[in-house]
Amino acid sequence: MELLYGHPKSLKPIQTKYCPGCGHGVIHRLIAEVIDELGVQERSIITNPVGCSIWADLYFDFDSVQPAHGRTPAAATGIKRVKPDHLVICYQGDGDLAAIGTAEIIHAANRGEKFTTIFVNNAIYGMTGGQMAPTTLIGQKATTAPYGRDALEAGMGYPIQVCELLATLGGTKYLARGSVNNAANVRKTKQYIKKAFEAQLRGEGFTMVEILSPCPTNWGMQPCEGQEWLEANMIPFYKLGEVKNTLAAGAGAEGGSK
Amino acid sequence: MAEEMRLMKGNEAIAEAAIRAGCTAYFGYPITPQNELTAYMAKHMLDHQRTFIQAESEVSAINMVYGAAAAGARTMTSSSSPGVSLKQEGISYCCGADLPCVIVNVARSGPGLGGISPGQADYFQSTRGGGHGDYFHLVLAPKSVQEAADLTHEAFDLADQWRMPVMILADGLIGQMMEGVVLPENRELSSLPKKAWAAGGQADTHRPINHVSSINLVPAELEASVIERFKRYDRIKAQEVRYEEVNVDKAELILVGYGTSARVSLGALEMAKKLGIEVGLFRPISLWPFPEKRVAELAAMGKKFLAVEMSMGQMVEDVKLAANGKADVHFYGRCGGMIPTEEEVLAEIRRLLKK
Repeated sequence: MELLYGHPKSLKPIQTKYCPGCGHGVIHRLIAEVIDELGVQERSIITNPVGCSIWADLYFDFDSVQPAHGRTPAAATGIKRVKPDHLVICYQGDGDLAAIGTAEIIHAANRGEKFTTIFVNNAIYGMTGGQMAPTTLIGQKATTAPYGRDALEAGMGYPIQVCELLATLGGTKYLARGSVNNAANVRKTKQYIKKAFEAQLRGEGFTMVEILSPCPTNWGMQPCEGQEWLEANMIPFYKLGEVKNTLAAGAGAEGGSK
Repeated sequence: MAEEMRLMKGNEAIAEAAIRAGCTAYFGYPITPQNELTAYMAKHMLDHQRTFIQAESEVSAINMVYGAAAAGARTMTSSSSPGVSLKQEGISYCCGADLPCVIVNVARSGPGLGGISPGQADYFQSTRGGGHGDYFHLVLAPKSVQEAADLTHEAFDLADQWRMPVMILADGLIGQMMEGVVLPENRELSSLPKKAWAAGGQADTHRPINHVSSINLVPAELEASVIERFKRYDRIKAQEVRYEEVNVDKAELILVGYGTSARVSLGALEMAKKLGIEVGLFRPISLWPFPEKRVAELAAMGKKFLAVEMSMGQMVEDVKLAANGKADVHFYGRCGGMIPTEEEVLAEIRRLLKK
């Protein structure tokens, strides 16, 4: 009998510590499914960041390295340079990537480091308890923005669109933004991840998939409300799709450069 | 066949020794007075098809080291004092994750931006665990270009053996000056120790998965792992203490200095000898572990000490701790990039001995 659906081999069959409605579990599963499909479980290394997903090493059934907050792309650089035949996944949240680690992500991307960043954007700090993130939307409330993010008067700045920011850099070859708010978007996000991993294994350059992900606990919502809020508020600002695709022609890319 | 002697700058000799020790990944950021080291690596690592990256910052460089070390490579970064301050977070993580690597500090004068002339004011930062948390790592202080090359070469073996960062604490003078050096042997990469704990290469052996991490949120478990690491520190203290002694038996007063200060002190010792004054020299080579037992023995023999440093007095505290009140410990130092002269040290010797 052909098995059509099952638990991915690269993901341990245990319950996660993530909150109800959190997107990390779905994203972990997508990564594990793609690794299984590519048959690279024993030559995959993930760098799990500081933040809720620091627990990733409990769940992924392959090697992991846990660097300092924000330094994840630098550590992934060191790993990939000495293990070029491995699939190196740099898993980062919005605080890790877009606040404390901006120097590291920009320069790793610009050097065209041949690892794949999975950038989980939930517009808030999760583990520390709902502080304002660089990706927090204008007007969105956070414990450190109790009246809502106010770009000008309170000087909190604007939410950063990371894919668009990195798209100007020569080293970036594939930048896509997906979401895990509904089944259709989950499936599309998996395609982006697969395309990025395949490009990495071909050694094409820097690849990143940004994934909009709900954090109902810190948004102060029920899980279902979180999905709705993401769709109504995040997707209009963080547009879904391939923001940049300059992968080698005919290498499985569905769309050209946008 | 032994290699012939070459004339090299300290910075270049350190770089070449690292390549010969099997360093396959170097990451650095430009800073004076160690720039020749990074430039040498830029050329020669690429010539050897090894990894060289000019990082965007010292912070990134040490974290690239963290990644490369976690993946099992012999790896190194180098910098000078302000840059080494930036690396401290990464050094703490390397110590917490038990990662072997080599960190070179061609020290200048501080605090802050300070100056670019040689300094020894990074002793506390180097030997006390300059980042957060309970940790130590080996610190070796060369006095010459030859010793800089030899200690760098050996540092890679020590790092792998003890699974910890090893720091080479040189100063700007050792880095910048040229001397004759016989370079250490070239190590075949295939002969280097295998690292079963490292990330990557699981397909070769189908071993269980490896995690390289410094996190543990269970206090009792974290305490146990720190205590285990401190037992390793005790073994290092028993096995890796290094020092050099000159004329300590006859001497009433023993000069204590490392690196450039030790060379100045040796000159003062010889000048004193011509005047019929017997002084000794005690030169710690391992600054951590500090040769505390030997200093305690000398103190028990009734010797006096004069610590000579290019700082306002940092190593002198280790001399005092080791002497533990059983000997007079004096200090003479210059700072801000000034180097004590042999004449100044001789004058201090004569003042202390009233001769």
